[in-house]
Amino acid sequence: MGFDQYHEPPEELPAETRTFARLCASLTEEAEAIGWYAQRIAVEKDPEALAIMQDAQGEEFKHFSMDLEFLLRRTPAWREIAQGVLFQPGDIVEHGEEAEAEAFEDGSSGAAGSYEDGSLGIGGLRGASR
Amino acid sequence: MNHLLRGHAPISDIGWELLDQEARERLSAALGARKLVDFSGPHGWDYSATNLGRTASLGSAPSDGVTGRQRRVLPLVELRADFDLSRRELEDADRGAEDADLAPLDKAAHQIALAENVAVFHGWTDAITGIAEASPHETTPLGDTSEEYPRRVAEAVERLLCEGITGPYGLALGREQYRRVVETAEHGGYPLLDHLHKILEGPIVWTPGVKGAVVLSQRGGDFLFESGQDLSIGYVSHDADVVRLYLEESFSFRVATPEAAVVLEP
Repeated sequence: MGFDQYHEPPEELPAETRTFARLCASLTEEAEAIGWYAQRIAVEKDPEALAIMQDAQGEEFKHFSMDLEFLLRRTPAWREIAQGVLFQPGDIVEHGEEAEAEAFEDGSSGAAGSYEDGSLGIGGLRGASR
Repeated sequence: MNHLLRGHAPISDIGWELLDQEARERLSAALGARKLVDFSGPHGWDYSATNLGRTASLGSAPSDGVTGRQRRVLPLVELRADFDLSRRELEDADRGAEDADLAPLDKAAHQIALAENVAVFHGWTDAITGIAEASPHETTPLGDTSEEYPRRVAEAVERLLCEGITGPYGLALGREQYRRVVETAEHGGYPLLDHLHKILEGPIVWTPGVKGAVVLSQRGGDFLFESGQDLSIGYVSHDADVVRLYLEESFSFRVATPEAAVVLEP
């Protein structure tokens, strides 16, 4: 079994970073699967097989979205940029540049707090030591 | 700016980062209950009640030919711990001082964490029913010496199994009981902490505010903590010498399976 999601020695990484890396790897795998199903669906002629693959691709959409939401919740700067880009009409690149500038120029810390609601972002602690 | 009014405080970005980090570290260590119960949220400061899915009958209806029922909800409680910090200390932190005196923040963090633990395990009159209050099991002594702990904990686990409550199981220990566990080695030098881990197959948690110990299932779905506003630092006022701040949160807690915990008295 490989541990390719780690680029640093796992034993040196904090538990939350290992979890973050696992979800990043999962996000990548779900995106790959979505792409593979898109290709299979594009060439499949059998309607029954096509329906199954469309259903399976829907599952991957769900998995990808859950992975992404988890990662965004744990990464305030990423979340702030994503909020400026996702589900916004208009020029995607323009939104991306603006969101990035706002996230890092205004800062996601200081008086605004590290988290969107101004909280300390402690949340649930199950799995934390002691 | 939200209700915390942090933008009005005479505190730099560096100062806020220092305070947030200090509070996060202190709270994470002492919030024992959150290490043992299900957590949902945060749902925000304007979230006021938990849906219980239940209704209460009403004595009358607004007009003939209809009946009505009223939804029952569990209102969230607010916990708050005020503290003052010296502006000189914060200014020195801006200059790079590594030893700024944040003792009032540390004390407030411990107080609010302890209050949360007490509310979850022992309840809060007219607001929250705690795990120990709800448990239908007869309370038994943990034992006068730590050597008795494994037998008492094993008995508690067996009682949970008899009720069909599956593991793994967690153990919340009060301050004195936790100290005894970590300092004790049994005959042959085997650490008591490891022995208890083998019995429970789950976490052993330092939980200031807990009286004695509580063994509780970790299978999920039995003990439900719902966060409105998660722990936050807010601003009250300041003068030339001090800035007045507070730690605050809103939450509800309910026990879905009372028989999933056994209380061991100190």
